[in-house]
Amino acid sequence: MSRILVGPFNRVEGDLEISLDIEEGQVNSARVNSPLFRGFERILQGQQPMDALVYTPRICGICSVSQSVACANALADLMDLDVPENGELATNLVLANENMTDLLTHFYLFFMPDFAREIYAGQPWFSEVESRYKAQKGSASQRMLPARSDFLHLMGIMAGKWPHTLSLQPGGSSKPVEPQERIRLLAVIGSFRRYLEQHLFGDDLEAITELQSVDELQDWADKADWASSDFRTFLHLSDKLQLSELGQGTGQFLSYGNYPVKGQRFIRSGTYLDGKINPVDSSQITEDLAYAWMQGGDQPLHPSSGITEPSLDNSEAYSWCKAPRLQQQVVEVGALSRQLINGHPLITDLVRQQGATVESRIIARLVELALVIPQMQHWAKALNPNEPFCHQGKLPKEGSGVGMVEAARGSLGHWLRVEKGRISNYQIIAPTTWNFSPRDQQSVPGVLEQALVGTPVQPGEKEPVAVQHIVRSFDPCMVCTVH
Amino acid sequence: MFNVLWLQSAGCGGCSMSLLNAESPDLLSILESAGINLLWHPSLSEETGSEVVSILEQILSDQIQLDALCIEGSILRGPNGTGRFHMLGGTGCSVMEWVQKLSQKSRYLFAIGSCAAYGGISAAGENITDATGLQFEGELAGGLLGDHYRSVAGFKAINISGCPVHPNWVTETLISVALGEHEEAALDAFGRPRMYADQLVHHGCNRNEYYEYKASAESPGERGCMMENMGCLGTQAHADCNSRPWNGEGSCTKGGYACINCTAPEFEEPGHSFTETPKIAGIPVGLPTDMPKAWFVALASLSKAATPDRLRKNATSEKLIYPPTIHKRKN
Repeated sequence: MSRILVGPFNRVEGDLEISLDIEEGQVNSARVNSPLFRGFERILQGQQPMDALVYTPRICGICSVSQSVACANALADLMDLDVPENGELATNLVLANENMTDLLTHFYLFFMPDFAREIYAGQPWFSEVESRYKAQKGSASQRMLPARSDFLHLMGIMAGKWPHTLSLQPGGSSKPVEPQERIRLLAVIGSFRRYLEQHLFGDDLEAITELQSVDELQDWADKADWASSDFRTFLHLSDKLQLSELGQGTGQFLSYGNYPVKGQRFIRSGTYLDGKINPVDSSQITEDLAYAWMQGGDQPLHPSSGITEPSLDNSEAYSWCKAPRLQQQVVEVGALSRQLINGHPLITDLVRQQGATVESRIIARLVELALVIPQMQHWAKALNPNEPFCHQGKLPKEGSGVGMVEAARGSLGHWLRVEKGRISNYQIIAPTTWNFSPRDQQSVPGVLEQALVGTPVQPGEKEPVAVQHIVRSFDPCMVCTVH
Repeated sequence: MFNVLWLQSAGCGGCSMSLLNAESPDLLSILESAGINLLWHPSLSEETGSEVVSILEQILSDQIQLDALCIEGSILRGPNGTGRFHMLGGTGCSVMEWVQKLSQKSRYLFAIGSCAAYGGISAAGENITDATGLQFEGELAGGLLGDHYRSVAGFKAINISGCPVHPNWVTETLISVALGEHEEAALDAFGRPRMYADQLVHHGCNRNEYYEYKASAESPGERGCMMENMGCLGTQAHADCNSRPWNGEGSCTKGGYACINCTAPEFEEPGHSFTETPKIAGIPVGLPTDMPKAWFVALASLSKAATPDRLRKNATSEKLIYPPTIHKRKN
C-alpha cells in the first residue's frame, strides 16, 4: 500500500488537501482535510445581531449571497418578520443570479479544464476539447467570462455589487426596483438565456428541462454532433470515460429547498433516505467533532447548541471541518440532491440507474441552470415597482432564529441565538461541510471520502486525474466548509 | 512577460471572484494584452498539487522570475505563532511561511483586498487566529513582514484594499506596475493606490441631492441620504465606487445600503453597529472629510430648514412620490 497527499487542490474555492491510501491501482481509503480555520462563529459572538449581515457574506466570496440570505432568514425568524412579495422576488433573483453564475463558473473554469490535461492527449477527442476548455486559453472559457460579467449586471442593479452585498435584509430588499430597472433586468436575463441556448446547450432551455429519462437524454444528444454544444461535449466525454461509474456517493440526500414565493418554494425541500423522500426534520441534524481539530463535545450536538473551540489536542483529528450528520446518516447535498428531491424525471431516472456520480452531478447542475433561468424571467416580470420591497421589524433582546437556504453547492444553515441584545451563539453548516466532512464517532467517512474509494489510479500519477474529476464534481467551497 | 503568482491566504476568495467580473475588456483579454502572465492562480490555472509546489520551488530557487506576488486574504499567525490555522495543502508548511519566503523573491508585492492589506474581516472580533495584513496590522504599520520590508524592486507592499476589491483597481494597478511606472508617491499613507484611493465614495453618489438638504432615510429601502441615520461613511471612505460602477451598474449606496468604508484599515470593527450612525447630541460623530465641525452644524441646520418638500417626502419613501417640477419657459 502507498499513500499520496494531494494538495494544494485548486479550481475549488479555497484550500483542500486529500490523503489517499492506494492499493492495487485504486484508492483504498481517503481522508479529506480542510486546512484553513478562520473562526467566523467566534467572530460573530458578542456582535450586534444586524451586523451579522455584514460579516456572514464575507465567509465566502463565491457563495456570498447564499450566506446573506441564510443570515437574513435567521434574523427574520428571530424578529418574527414576514417579507413582502417584491422582497421575496428580489431575494430570489439575487440568489438565483449567484447560484446560476456559480453553476456556470464551475462547469467552464473549474471542471472542464481537467479534460484538457496532457494525460488525455492520446484520445481522439483531445484536440477539440483542448482548444475549447484548456485552462485560461480555451475558447469556451474566453466566451463564458463576458457572458458571466453581463449576467452579473443583475447584481449591480439589484444588490449594488457582488460579492458582499448588504441589500438582503430580514424584511426583504433594501433596493426597490424602479420601472426602468425592471425592464433592464429582463434584458440582462434574456441575453444570458440566449448565450446558454447558443453555446452551453445548443438548444432551447425547454428542450433540456422537458427531458423525461436517460433514454430521452441520449436521443437528444444523438441529434447533433458531440462538438456542437458544451453540454453535448460533456456527455460525449462522460460516455468515453465512463464518468457514470466514478465517484459513487452514499445515495442519501438532503435539500432545504429554494426560492419561495407566497410560501411555496420553487424547489421543494426534503430528505431522500433509503430511497424515500420525506420532509426535512432539522432537529435531526448534528455536528460531530470526533476527527476535527475541535474540542467541546463528547457527543454530537445540534447546531443550535453547537460549540466552536479549535484545539490541536485531538490526536485523531485530521481536518478543521466538523462532521454534520442527518439522523446519523452521511448525506450528499447539491444540485443533484435538489433536483432529485424536487422530482425532476430525468434526474430521478439518472439516480435510479447510476446513483450519485460524476456524471449525474454535472447533468443535474446543467438541468438546474435550464430550469431556473426561465423562472428568473418570470420573477423579474412579476416585480411591481409600486409595491413595497422591504418590511421593517424590531429586534428582540433575547431569542433565536434559523435560516436555511440552498446555495449553488447545496444546503446551507445558520443557527443564531441572541442574549441581552447581542449574538451569544452563531453556528453555520455549509454545503461542503456536508460533502467533505471527516469521519464521525462511528468512524464512518464523509461523502467525498466514500466517493473516492475504488477510484482507479494510474501508475506514477501524483494527482490522479480520476480523483480530480470526482473532487470537482462536488464543486467544493472550502472557505464555506470550515468558515 | 510580467509574471504574476496569486495565492489565497485566509480570506473568502471574494477578491478573485470580483476580479473575474472585469468587463470591457474581460479579465483574460486584459491580462494577455498587457503582457501579464499568470504563473498560477487558484481559480484559473490547470496546475494542481505537486505541479503547483514545483512552480513555488522554482521561484524560490530563482529559476522563475517572479514580478508580482499577489496575496489575497489575511495571514494567520496563530496558534502561538505557528501559522497552523492555515497550512498550504500538500506542503506541510503554513501559508504564513510560504508568504514570508516568496515575498523575498518578488519584484513587487500586492495585498489584494483589505484582509491581505490590514487583516480585515478575518481579524474581526477577538481574532483568535491572530490574523494580520502583510505590512499593516489594522492602522499600525508592521503586520507580517514588518514596516522595513521592501520587495526586490525596492517597494513596500501595494495595498489594493476593499472588501471585495473592484476588478479594475487590481487590473489597472497591475498594468501600471507592469509598465514600470510604479513609484512611492503612487500610494497613500495606508499603501493604497492613489488612482482609486484619492477619491471619496461620496463623489458621484446618486443620493447627493438628499445629502445637500440633509433629507435622510430612516430605514433600509428608503431613498434619502444614509449618513445621518444609517451609518453611511461615504463622505469619509477613500474609493471611487460611485464614479465607476460595480457589476456594470451599481454601488453600495445605489443598492440601498450604507458604505461601510471597507477600503480602510479596521473597518471590520467600527465600534458601533455598521448600519446605525453614532451621534452626540443629535449630531453624527463622523463628519465629512475636511469639513470643520462648526460649519457642518451650521450648514446642516440651514439646509434642513431649506429642504424642499419633494426631497423631505421622497427621502423616507421607497418609491418616488414627487418627481422634480418641470420648468416651462412660459406659465
